[in-house]
This record gives sequence, structure tokens and C-alpha cells, in this order.
Amino acid sequence: MTALAVRRTLQAVVVLLGVSVVTFALVHLVPGDPVRLALGTRFDQATYDALRERAGLDQPLVVQYLQWIGRAVTGDLGVSFRSGDPVTALILERLPATLSLALASILVALLIAVPLGTASALRPRSFVDGAATVLSQIGISVPEFWMGIMLILLFAGTLGWFPSSGYVPFTEDPALWLRSLVLPAVTTGLVSGSVLTRFTRSSVLEALGAEHVRTARAKGLPPRAVLDWHVLRNALLPLVTVTGVQLAYLLSGVVVVEIVFAWPGLGQLALQAVEARDYPVLQGAVLLFAFVFLLLNLVVDLLYSRLDPRISA
Amino acid sequence: MTDPVTDPVTGPAHGGGTVLDVRDLRVRVDTARGTADIVNGLSYSVAAGETVAVVGESGSGKSVSVLALLGLLPGHARVSGTAAFRGRDLLAMSEAELRTVRGNGIGMVFQDPMTSLNPVLTVGRQLTEGLLAHGRAGGRKAARARAAELLADVGLPDPRGALDRYPHELSGGMRQRVVIAIALSGDPALLIADEATTALDVTVQAQILELVAGLQRERGTGVVWITHDLGVVAGTADRVLVMYGGRCVEDGSVDDVFEAPAHPYTRGLLGALPALHDEDGADGAPAERPDLVAIGGTPPPPTDLPPGCVFWPRCPVRGDERCATEQPPLVPVRGSGPVPHRAATFYGERLQQTEVGA
Ligand SMILES: Nc1ncnc2c1ncn2[C@@H]1O[C@H](COP(=O)(O)OP(=O)(O)OP(=O)(O)O)[C@@H](O)[C@H]1O
Ligand code: SF4
Ligand SMILES: [Mg+2]
Repeated sequence: MTALAVRRTLQAVVVLLGVSVVTFALVHLVPGDPVRLALGTRFDQATYDALRERAGLDQPLVVQYLQWIGRAVTGDLGVSFRSGDPVTALILERLPATLSLALASILVALLIAVPLGTASALRPRSFVDGAATVLSQIGISVPEFWMGIMLILLFAGTLGWFPSSGYVPFTEDPALWLRSLVLPAVTTGLVSGSVLTRFTRSSVLEALGAEHVRTARAKGLPPRAVLDWHVLRNALLPLVTVTGVQLAYLLSGVVVVEIVFAWPGLGQLALQAVEARDYPVLQGAVLLFAFVFLLLNLVVDLLYSRLDPRISA
Repeated sequence: MTDPVTDPVTGPAHGGGTVLDVRDLRVRVDTARGTADIVNGLSYSVAAGETVAVVGESGSGKSVSVLALLGLLPGHARVSGTAAFRGRDLLAMSEAELRTVRGNGIGMVFQDPMTSLNPVLTVGRQLTEGLLAHGRAGGRKAARARAAELLADVGLPDPRGALDRYPHELSGGMRQRVVIAIALSGDPALLIADEATTALDVTVQAQILELVAGLQRERGTGVVWITHDLGVVAGTADRVLVMYGGRCVEDGSVDDVFEAPAHPYTRGLLGALPALHDEDGADGAPAERPDLVAIGGTPPPPTDLPPGCVFWPRCPVRGDERCATEQPPLVPVRGSGPVPHRAATFYGERLQQTEVGA
């Protein structure tokens, strides 16, 4: 267990370094000069040169990278070209919004996927199965922005149950936080939930066909015990992995949904940074996404090794 | 055991010593390729302490015929007939009633020890859940103690330690002992072993056979032993039932069936199959044939059984027209003991006159 944890952590660090190099290179190879953009129409050569020097952009790329990564390990991701604010602060400011949305979405997704996927698998080709298949197909194929707008029109507009957009921090007003969270979380949750429903269905079906299920029935166990311990216990193992991937995706900021709901999350931050060629913010955000992704993978791997005794260090 | 009466002779359905009495068992499944007649009128009985071996090629319906008894077939399988277990018809029981018999009165061991245990639960958990479900242990602690005893009974070294192990941490032989321990945990009157030793090497197989024989002597358990291996039959069974195309084509005491097999299929399985004409010498063929261990051809698919004798398409004897058009009934042939020796062929007694392997 610990040996596994150490090995996986080292692997993750190496991957993260690789990602940082690639990110850095990509950001700097994208055409567009951030200083020129920042200056806009007030352009004059002297200011331009001074700004470039201050941002370290006159240094060779390798030196720039080493400086950046050297500071990044201490938690300093530089300052935004656009606003002059520290990147780390910008990210931390956005994190609660994204975290709330991601966790709420995955909760919605699992609440849909586990019961519906299981019910489908238990009665293949039944009405429930057919309905679940159609609904999850819709959920997978409908664009998130459309789903979001429909939900806003219905639940914020016509019914007026929830605010149509905006984010209220938990620390400010927990009740409002929850209300502001519902529509965006349901939007992304429906999409993730559709993917997870399909996955749960096939996973439970496979588990149902396993021979040890027959052994369990032959023992005379009640159906509930067979289902919980010999079908679901096994079927939910692969679901842990897929849920981890979905969560990582949600945590890296669901850009479209954040825009539809004016949600001040990391996706929005990254998008604005791209538009402004705000290198430090963009690099910082991408590095954070990679970090989150690797961290979640690590957690999922370790969790998996706890749940599945066959996987050992 | 609650009913230690032993009467090796098949009694009536409610006979004292009879643990299991199967009458006219049929299993049909509707498939895309038509109705599959998987089991077609199987009848046999098992007395307390007796071992009945069921042999036959792959696909002859052995597994389906025993799974049907415990209601373990998929829901769309149509099962008919009767199967009296200590006088109560299993096939007429509700699912709830069947659960009281599964793992309690009847224990079942499946073929593959690699897949018949749940890989993510400990051995202890898999043993105790059955004990607890049938109220055979006061609580978790008592169940664990009983589970350790059962593992010791089946010869697992360090039974206490094994309780906390996962199946993948045990060898195939050890796993199969665990599966057998599970089957025995309900102190069953009937043990059904479906190719329980096929996946194991010869030494382990012998140990397991010895183990079951010992338990049987001790507790008077009736055993249905499904196998491909005629060596196992000869060594352990009292009676043997040969299945082909979902039918019993021959049954009798092991001695009778091995010494004077009457059905061409059984004779084929046993490794020799003299043709009738050779015996007559009419066509000048040599009177002796080399061992025919493998029978040419493959069994008919259950969706497309021949109208006459099931074995007709592969039968080297095929005495006359009737073979192709009429189903030969299971009738008595020459036997030596109190157990009737029967075969479903029109040429049983005549074939018995030629020696197997001669
Ligand atoms: N659910 C099912 N639907 C349709 N056909 C089935 C089903 N289960 C089994 N069969 C068919 O029934 C026949 C008998 O199967 P069964 O498993 O009983 O054979 P077996 O004698 O146990 O063979 P083996 O020695 O390989 O275990 C086979 O032809 C099989 O394809
Ligand atoms: S009845 Fe005819 S075809 Fe069938 S086994 Fe006997 S001899 Fe062969
Ligand atoms: Mg079988």
C-alpha cells in the first residue's frame, strides 16, 4: 500500500514536470504578443521594451521556464499581465466556485447513474431500461449550453425557483450558495450522469453474469444480499475509476457551463487568460488542471487498491 | 444426519432412504435459433450415502439438469417434471422456499474454482454469509468459528488465517476446498458437484475425492458427481448415468456399466466400439478394432435434435431403420445386481455380448 503510494506519487511528479514543460512551450509558441495586447493603442517602443524586460520576456525561453517553475514549486505562479494580481491568488479566488460546482455535479451524476444504471441492468429490455437508454443518449448528445439555457428558462424564468446565474460563496450565505448551485450542477450532472448511467449498466450486467453470483445464489442468500455483495460490490469498482475521470474533467472548469451561468470559476479564468494572452495566468491554470487531474488519478488508484484486494503493491 | 436410513435400491418418490428423486425432468429454452431441448425426460434417484456419477460430453445437458433442480437457471428457461428432495418437490417450490434448501439441504460445488468465488470478498465472509443466512450460527463470532472448523474439515492448512484471505491468495486446489467447505456448510443431505475437480491437477483431485468420500461415510450425504472423467467414476461412484443430447442413454451400477456397457455411446466413451457386422464377420472386416477413445462427430445442437435415436447421426451400429425414426426407450439390459441396468438403444443386449476393447 505505502510502496504503491510512493511509486505512484513519484510517477505523478514526473508527469507534472513534463506537463509544465509542454504547457510552457505551447503558451509561448501561440502567436500573439501579450505586451502589445496589454498596451493596446497606447503603444510606444520604450514602454514596450521596459514591460518585456520586467516580465522577463527578453530572456531565453529556457531561462524563463526555469525561473517560472522554480517559483511555481514555492507556490508563486507570477503575476497576471492584465491585472497585475498574483496568479496564485487569482486561482485560489476562483477555486471555491469550481470546487462547489464539480462536487455538486458529480453528486447529481452519481445519484442518477447508480440507481438508474443498476435498475436497467437488472431488467434488460424492460421499460425502465428503454427509458434510461433514451434519456442517457439525449443527455450525452445534447450540448451543455443548450441544456443550461433550457433549465434557466424553465426553473429560473417560468417557475422562478432558482437564480438564473451567478455564484454566492458558501461563507456568505449557505442557503443562497445552495440555490445558486442547483441549476449549473444539474446541467453538468445530467451530462456526466448520462455517461455514468451507461457505464453503470454495462458494469452491473457484467457482474451479474459472473459465476460467483451463481455460487452466492446457490448458498441460499436473499436476493438483496446477492445484489449488494456479489453484484454491486464488484460492479462499482470500475465505476470508481470512471467517476474519478469525470470529476477531474469537472474540476478543470466546465467552461461552457461557467459562461452560461456566469459562474466565476477556473474555466472562465482560463478562457479570459487565453483571450488576453495572459501567459502567467494561463500557465498557472493549466498547471493546476494537470495537478488536479494527476492528484485525482492518484487518489482513485489508491482507493481502488483498497477496494480491490487483487491489486497489491 | 436426520435421516440415516440407507437403502441403495431406488425407492418410490417418498421412500425413506431416497434423498433425491428426479422424474421426467425437462428443460427448454427459446432461443433465436428455435426451441432448445436441453434436458429431455431425465429420471434418476440418489439414496443417502450414495454417489451417482453423471457423465457425458460437453453440451449434453449435465450442468443445466442440476441447475434446474435449484432454480438457478435464467428466468426464461422452462422447467418441467418433478424432483423430490426428501419428499418435497423442488420444482414446485417458490423462490423463498428454494432459498431454504439452497446451501442448506443441498450444497453445490461448481466447476471452476477460479471463478466460483467472489474475488473481492474474503474467504471468511463468503463462508459466514451462508451460515448466517440460514441461521446456522448465533452471530458473526460464532459463524467465524464454525467457518474455521469447516475449512479445517476440508483440509485447509491454517484455517483461521485463511478466513481473512482473498481467493486470489490461495491456489486452485485450496480455493476448491473453500468452495467445497461452502457447499458443506449447511450440512447438506445432498451434495451436487459439477465437475468439481476438472480444473485441478491429479494429486489435488485425488485428495478432494478422498475428502468427499470421507464426509460421505461420516454424514451419509448423497452425492451427484458430474464429470468427464471415467476414471473418477470408476473410483468413486456407486451408480453412473450416461447423458447424451439431454437424455439418459444408459444407467446402472458402475460395475455393470463398465463391465458390460450396452449403449454404443457408452461403449465409445469407454474406448472400444465393435460394430455388429464385424461380429457377424459378414463383410469380412476384422473382428477387432483399435481403441476408439474419441467418437467421431459432435453432439447434435439442442435446437435440432434428430427425430429418432439421439445418437443416430454418430452411431457406428445403426442396426436398422427404426434407429432413425423411433426413439429407443430406456429399457433393462443385462445386469448383475439389485440396481437395474438400463440403456436407450434397440441393440443393447446384443452389444453387451461383445466385450469392450476386444
Ligand atoms: N441459457 C441457455 N440458453 C440456451 N442454451 C443453453 C443455455 N444454457 C445452456 N444451454 C445449452 O444447453 C446445452 C447443455 O449445456 P450444459 O451446460 O448443461 O452442458 P454440460 O453437459 O454441462 O457441458 P460441459 O461438460 O461443457 O459442462 C448446451 O448445448 C448449451 O449450449
Ligand atoms: S438405437 Fe440405433 S442409432 Fe441409437 S444407439 Fe442404438 S443402434 Fe445406435
Ligand atoms: Mg457443465
